[in-house]
Parts: sequence; structure tokens; C-alpha cells
Amino acid sequence: MAKLRGRGYASVNYPTGMNLGGDPSQALVHATTTGTFVISLSSVDLGQGIKTIAAQCAAETLGLPMENILVDTADTDTGPHCMGTFASRGTHRVGNAVIMAAAEARGVMLEVAAEELEVDAADLETDGTGYIAVKGAQDKRVHITDLALAAHFKHGRTISGRGIYLKEPSVPVPETGEMDPDSCQAHACTVAVVEVDDETGVVEVLELFNAYEIGRALNPAMATQQVEGGAWMGLSHALFETTEPYYPARDHGPRDFAGYLMPGPADLPVQHSLLLERPSANGPYGAKGIGEMTANAPIPAIANAIFDACGVRLTSMPFTPERVLRGLDALKTEETC
Amino acid sequence: MPSQIVSLVVNGEHREFIAAPGATLLACLRESLGLTAAKRGCAQGACGSCTVLVDGRPEASCLVAVETVAGGSVRTLEGVATGGDLDEVQSAFVDCFATQCGFCTSGMIMVAEALLDRNPDPSEEDVIEAISGNVCRCTGYRPIVQAVLEAAARRREEAVTR
Amino acid sequence: MTYRLAPVDTTAFAAERGGGDLTVIGSVVQRSDARGHVTGRTEFFEDVAPPRLAHLKMHRSARHHARIAAVDLGEALAVPGVLRVLTHADVPNNLYTPLKLIGVGPDDEPILAVDKVRYLGEPICAVVAETEAAALEGAARVKVTYEDLPPVFDVEEALREGAPLVNEYHGQNHFIYEGHHCRRIRFGDVEAAFARADHVLEWRYQSAPIEQAPVETTGCVVIPQADGRLRIHSDTQACFFTLDNTALILETPFNKLRIVGGTVGGGFGGKVDVVVEPIACVAAMATDRPVKFVYDRAEEMQVSSPRAAERLYIKDAVMNDGKIIGRKITLYVDAGAYARHSPYGVTKAAAHLPGPYAIPNVWADCHCVFTNRTPSSAMRGFGVTIADFALESQMDQVARTLGMDPLQLRLLNAYRDGDVKAHRKVAEGTALVEVIQKAAEMSGHELPETYRRMSSTTREGL
Repeated sequence: MAKLRGRGYASVNYPTGMNLGGDPSQALVHATTTGTFVISLSSVDLGQGIKTIAAQCAAETLGLPMENILVDTADTDTGPHCMGTFASRGTHRVGNAVIMAAAEARGVMLEVAAEELEVDAADLETDGTGYIAVKGAQDKRVHITDLALAAHFKHGRTISGRGIYLKEPSVPVPETGEMDPDSCQAHACTVAVVEVDDETGVVEVLELFNAYEIGRALNPAMATQQVEGGAWMGLSHALFETTEPYYPARDHGPRDFAGYLMPGPADLPVQHSLLLERPSANGPYGAKGIGEMTANAPIPAIANAIFDACGVRLTSMPFTPERVLRGLDALKTEETC
Repeated sequence: MPSQIVSLVVNGEHREFIAAPGATLLACLRESLGLTAAKRGCAQGACGSCTVLVDGRPEASCLVAVETVAGGSVRTLEGVATGGDLDEVQSAFVDCFATQCGFCTSGMIMVAEALLDRNPDPSEEDVIEAISGNVCRCTGYRPIVQAVLEAAARRREEAVTR
Repeated sequence: MTYRLAPVDTTAFAAERGGGDLTVIGSVVQRSDARGHVTGRTEFFEDVAPPRLAHLKMHRSARHHARIAAVDLGEALAVPGVLRVLTHADVPNNLYTPLKLIGVGPDDEPILAVDKVRYLGEPICAVVAETEAAALEGAARVKVTYEDLPPVFDVEEALREGAPLVNEYHGQNHFIYEGHHCRRIRFGDVEAAFARADHVLEWRYQSAPIEQAPVETTGCVVIPQADGRLRIHSDTQACFFTLDNTALILETPFNKLRIVGGTVGGGFGGKVDVVVEPIACVAAMATDRPVKFVYDRAEEMQVSSPRAAERLYIKDAVMNDGKIIGRKITLYVDAGAYARHSPYGVTKAAAHLPGPYAIPNVWADCHCVFTNRTPSSAMRGFGVTIADFALESQMDQVARTLGMDPLQLRLLNAYRDGDVKAHRKVAEGTALVEVIQKAAEMSGHELPETYRRMSSTTREGL
């Protein structure tokens, strides 16, 4: 009886967006008369944080503080079309649509400010504090609250913008599979360190080293949430999860969280994560989609670490104690032969 | 069996409502009292999303028949913030980025409140034990553990300042 | 610092990173939804409580594969509080497939079973009642008489001649891709590669279905409006996708429906299907009352569509120096009884092959197979996660066979800018080399100088 340690490796890429029928999302932006910019969407936040990311993209493009941004989603009566939250597309598609809409609104904002300040719009700049100022003459400025009021009551202008991002349809060539389905690729590499108990078959993941290339971390704390939560799910898939433990037999399917096992807070490995940025040419501020990729590399890395630890090659998921023990038994049988 | 009038002290207020026979505390909180912070994640007592404090103890309110706690005191997430100010656990959950989809958050905060009420200086193991009946599918748990430890530290610091 | 923060590396792609003038992007900004979550004020769909809310529960198939000889609703209708029991006859357009919105057909799935059930748990009748308890009681009292048919559960058995036919709308136990029996990748000459390879290595990989397991189950509340429209509070991952599919099933104008959502207690792909809204709308129209239909945990676990089980055979042509010169892959995706999103997932898998490596000869047959199990559908990493398990296990087995360092094998074969992938897309913005180098560095795995100097933007070291 022993606890055997091993290391395993895996490296993966992951497509942002997947488009077989055209993949658009829209955003509309308008300023209230007091200078709040409302971003209208129909995009769904599953917890990944699109509401926050859309607001960040709008604030950055408009050159205004986050406090001036409201995101209104998802109501099909008021929000423009979005294909939905899947295929790691949300940040990429919606972010780009918001940037386009905010850029148009910014253009109007600067035009109105130029009228208000009696200068050329090209001479104006923003610094993220809420003021629109003449470059090099910081005392000649107007605050967005006053400007939005003037736009409505004095200049008769709507400070607004429309945005869409469309990845055109790609129809695969049936003979060869030639296609252009995605917008960019994110990357990840996992090194897993595991300990296998050769008496019980239990695998414990001790450490995960993860390097992720994600284009741009728009919000590094939220990117960390995604990569660490995703790596947890990968670990969970690897060791525990299935609705059909004896697939393809349909028996013994769990019907609750007591039977459908997932690692709890006591089962966590030490996670070391690093973010790399190679901005995508078509991503919002270079960002690539990362929501899905984060769960992938840990699974084979753990399989490979189990082999490294005890010589058992598990080619069926999940890597349950039963499978580990059967593998160890098979090795013993081989030895005796 | 007819419906009956049940009275409870909920978040410090005396409340009375009509409960159908066998009605769960969760259903009464959500449907009769309009307190929807406690969530139905499984209705099997296995996910912790519906956790509230009954006389100070964390309970899966989906498994509690309301008549068995009649006359008792119930605390829900709605009763945690005072006058709109977040308490230490709530603010630590925000600051530690311990929420993603938010569905497990109510239950997580309530088990944390119960833990800190009885143990102001918990170890990491204490926190892990306290939240181990609550399922989170998004975070991988570590930010939640960190938030509860941070909340404990903040609460101890407040106690010293006071 | 109170929050966890993965460091951002500034050394790799330093010239391309830029971003020094950004004020909000790249900064840690607090989540706009966090305060609502910690106070319990975030409104999820089930927190909506309209007056006179009725509840819907489903009577589901108790068989894997059977003809429905008779359905007796008498006892169910007699349960106090039961308002209606809906059958397929109550659904205006009972047959659908969700991807018809992007031109994928045929319609292959009934909203409520007609004359046959194709998986355990398939919906047959929807019971609408005053209370959840009455709806459950009613659903339990529906009596269905079955005539059993032989089921098929294994993907390769399902494709054999003489296997029981799962889904008559397809006519065979697999999806047809533009006249082909599977989604194909044909790139270079894989057989020639096997002929000249130093090693030909083949292994099989298998996964089992995986549940998305969001803590909030799939559901909706439908509320008839003053203007005759329906407002649908839903935890769908795709509002308009759900709206459009629901309108087609209801045969109503699209603007009769309004979806309100966007705040979801976890999705992970499981809430892309359109499985609760259409029948809840039928119920709301039939009773002229608000109706809630939400899966219980057991339904979420066993009836909601999981990540598909997949089987892969991977055969590699490998040279002694570690270069992989050919890769042949046969993939079977277990779609279960209905297509849902699987035809798309299989194509996504095909585009991902042969993994992030520059392999000049690739052959792949990716089969979307129908069996008598719960339909599978999207989940985080759709089409890719299980392929990666297989591909990266394969890489490890190749490295072991050659006695090579597993990271060096990957670096040697890693795709770089300008490589043409098997689906004939030119790679750009690649960074596999760099994530491998960084992971090696982080974990103390030493790489020789030539491998540390490799780059995604050059051919150095190859």
C-alpha cells in the first residue's frame, strides 16, 4: 500500500465563437439627459460577467467613468438581437458590438461638446473622469452631465450609437471539411500533480499549474474567476462526474447532488495560474473567449499524471477509484504472466 | 388536514401566514412572505442554496416543515444587511470576487454567518467544513473560503475598534 | 489584496501587447452584479411571483424505447386542483428541432410524445394545476400503456445494419451531413503517411455523459399580458433563440412573445435547449393564467440534455524524431434520441481536429449518432472538451512510446502562425508554444535551450 505521485501534461487551443449560420450580436447606446449611458442588449449573464465586461468596454470607448454606464439586458422588447451566451462568444461578439455603438455615441458626444465649447471636435479629448476637454487647455472643458443636458434641451441632439458584430456564415465543404468557423483561438497548458492511493484507487490532485493565453484580460480579477472555476470543473469532470456511471448501460444514474459527485472545498488542489496576452486582431481590445477552454486541459493532464504515478492508462472518463483499481489489478496480472 | 396559521419571528419581525399542510419553510419564506433570497436548488437538502438560520442554526429550509419551527426565529439573507449597509460577510464576498452566477451566494453567506456567530476566529478547515454542504458550480470554492476568512478578520477588527 | 488574481505575464508577446493607454480595460473593476447577489436582491426567474400562478409538471416515459398503445388521463384529471392535462394534440406545431433557425433539419423531436417514446424520461403529458403538489400528483396518475421496442445504447451498435431505428424522422441512426454519413475532414494523404511512418500508434478513448449541473435548474414563468401577449421569464442562455423557436412551435407571430431574462444561476450550455418555454406557453394560453414550469433536480440530472458521451479512435503516423506526420480520427458522438444541437457540436469537433498541432495529413470521420438515451446537447467546451481528453492522452502515449519528454513532443509539433490547419484555415494569433514554455517554467519542468527559444511567430528550432 502506497501513495504514488505523478505529473501529467496537456496543452490545448480553443475557438472563440462558432458560426455555421452567421453569428451576430447588437448593442444600442444612448445617453440620458444627465449623462448616464445606457447600454441596451439582450445578452445573457450566466455568472461569467458580461454585464460588467460590456460596461467596461463602453466606459473605455466613451472615455467616461464606469459610474456613468448602465447595462440593460436582457429583454427582447427593448434589447437588440444577440445570438446567446455559448461558444465562448459573449465577450467577443458583445464586446465588439458595444465598442462600435459606444464609438458612434462618442462621436456625437464630441460634436455636441465642440458646439458647446465652440471649438473643433478633433481638438477634444476625454480622460475617463467625465470631462470632455480641449487638448492642451484643461480649463476649457465640459462635464458629461452638463453636456448631455445641453444636447437634449439646447442643441436638439441625441447622443447615441448603434453597434453590431457579425461573423459571416461559414458553410463547411462536405468533401474536405474546409471551413472558417471561429474568430480566434485561445490557448492553455496544464501541468497536474496527483497522488494515487494504490489501495483505495482514490486520486488526489495536489497541484495544478495553468498558463492561459487569452488575448487580453479585460478584467483580470474576473478572468481569474473564469480560469480557476474552469480548472475546478475540469478536475471535477476528470475524477467524478457522469450521469451514466456504467455507460453505455443506462443504470445507476444519479438523480441528486448526493449521487452526482463533484469535488468540494476540501478537495481543492493548489492552483497556480498565469495569464498571457496576445491580443486578437478582431477581439474587443484584443480579448479572446475563455469561458469554456479553462476546463479542458486539466482532464488529460490528470489522466497523464495518473499514468505517471502508477502506470495505469485510463482511456475512459471519469477516472474513478474503481477504474484505477481495475487498472492496477490488470498490471499485476500482466506482471505474473 | 386543513391549512393553519403559523407565526414566526423572521429577521426580527413577527410574521403570521397561512401554511398548507406539509409546506416547507422555504416555500413559506418565498411564496407567503416574499423573501426570495433563499433559493430552491434541489429541494432535496443536498445543495445548500436554501440555507437560513433557524434559532441561529443553519438549516436547509427546503427540508423543514414549517409547522415544526412555528414560534421560532428565522434569519434570512434579507435580514443580514442593516439599513442598506452590507455586513462583513457580504462585503467580503463582494471584495473577494466570491460570487459568479450568485445562485449559491445566499446559502453560502448564511452558513458563514452561523459559523462566525459561534466561532469568530475560524481556521481554513473550519470554513471548509462549514460550507461543505453547499454546492457552487462556478467558482471552485476557493474565493468563497477566502471571503469567509476575510469576513472573520474584518469582524474581529471591528470588535476591537468598538 | 483580498481577491485572487492570476498574474498577467508581460514578457511573452511584449511587442504586441500594448494597451498602455487604457483606463478601464485591464483594470480590476468590481462586478456590477455582486451587490445584488450578496443581498439576495438579484432577481432570478423563479423569484417572479405573479398572482394565480399555476404549476406544470410532466408525465415522462418510463421506457427507453416503446410504442404508446394508450394514454389514460382520467385519474389525473380527477386530482383536485388539476386544471388541464396537455397532450401532443394541444401543441400547435408539435414537431421541432432547435437549429432549424439556422437551416438545420429535419424537425425530429416532438414537444410531447405522439405514438412512440425514444428515451427514458421523454415528456408525454403536461399536467397544469393550482399547486405544485397537485401537478405532481396529477402527473403521477397519468396511465400510459407501452408496447416495448428493442433499444440501442451503444454508438457503434447503433450504426450496425439491423440495429433498432431510433428516430424515424432521420431514417437511420445518424445525422446526414450534406449527403455524407458524417462530418469529414480530408487533408493531405493520411494513408501515405502511415506507409512511411516509423511508428503507427492507435488507441481508443471513451467518455460518459456529463451533467451541466447549474445550481439553478432549467425553468420559466409565463405570464399572459394585458395586450394578449405572453411575457416569459426564463433562465435561457439565448433569449431570441428561445423566443423564435417558441413562436414557431406555438405558431404565433414572433412579436406575441417577450422574453425577460439575462440573469441566470449557471448555465454551462444546459440552458441553450428550448425545453420548458414552449409547453409552459401552451399551458398559459390554455388556462389564461401565469404558469411556472421548472425542472426538479432529478429532471435536471437525468432528463435535461448532458454533455454527450464520445468515443474516439486516434491513429498516428509518427517519426523517430517525434514529428507526427499523419493523424486519423474516428469520432462517435452519442446524440441520444434527438439531434438538438449535436449536429453543430460534431462540426465544431471536426474543426478542432487534429488538435493544436501542425500535422500535414489528417483524416477524420465525425459521426453524430442517435441512441435511445436522453438527448445530449451543448456543454462548456462543446465538441472540444472530450476531444482534448483523447488528443492529449494520445500525445502522452506517443511521447511514452518514443521515450520523449511530453512537452518537447508538443513543442515540436505545435502549430504556429501561418500553419494551415486541417480545415484549411491559416493559423494566426497562435500561442501554444508560449503557454507550454510558461507552464514548464511555473512547474519547474526544465526545457533545453532550443525549446525555450521556440516561438509561435517563427520557425526557430524546427
